[in-house]
Amino acid sequence: MKKKHWYDYLWIWEIIYFTLGFFNILFAWLGMIEFLLPLLIAIIGGNKAFCNNFCGRSQLLTKLGTTCKCSRNKPTPKFLYSKAFRYGFLVFFMTMFANMVFQTYLVASGAGTLKETIKLFWTFRVPWGWAYTAGTVSDWVAQFSFGLYSMMLTATLIGLIVMVLFKPRTWCTFCPMGSMTQGICKLKAR
Amino acid sequence: MRKKKWAMPDEKICVSCGACRKVCPREAISIWKGCYAVVDEEKCVGCGICAKTCPAGCIEIKEEEA
Repeated sequence: MKKKHWYDYLWIWEIIYFTLGFFNILFAWLGMIEFLLPLLIAIIGGNKAFCNNFCGRSQLLTKLGTTCKCSRNKPTPKFLYSKAFRYGFLVFFMTMFANMVFQTYLVASGAGTLKETIKLFWTFRVPWGWAYTAGTVSDWVAQFSFGLYSMMLTATLIGLIVMVLFKPRTWCTFCPMGSMTQGICKLKAR
Repeated sequence: MRKKKWAMPDEKICVSCGACRKVCPREAISIWKGCYAVVDEEKCVGCGICAKTCPAGCIEIKEEEA
């Protein structure tokens, strides 16, 4: 048996993150770690240590898909790991991220109002008001929390859907962070 | 004659997620500079666990008369 490392348990972190956000949306800010750390590792270290070792989402997908046998384990359709889809999805995801930051800016500048909802799959609004007491922090801080939590939850839900349909880690083939960090590493390795 | 089997990832398709590296019982796989998976042919016994795990299905098990 291979030696277990402390970072092999980071799938627990993923569950803790979504649980915390269920009770208090402000914890969603912790998701920025999962956003910035892979980029920093790729830019400074020139490797994918994050995807390879530390990504809680991929570990959770492996746990549910492989250990709990919740995956059909069928080959991933070709287009899902084609360059066009991977980079297309990256651009789409970053556009949605930019839109989320813009919504935060609108709330900060007073042009928009705080919406205490989670937006799943960039489409469906789900009431999430219980996780936030109005006035606890500046409205924009809360708006960003709702936005980031929506993104994280959407990513995990898509990950779970493709995990069930195909291989446990099918999400990783078109994960925007994965595409981005691999792109950075390829540029650095040239 | 013993047959030599080994895993060969396609570096053009590989997304360097590291799923193969994690399941390899011989620790024969590494992710080269975050770009793609590389198999150490000395260590690899061609068991094919990585090929079954790879979400992009980019690992082929090669076989050759030794």
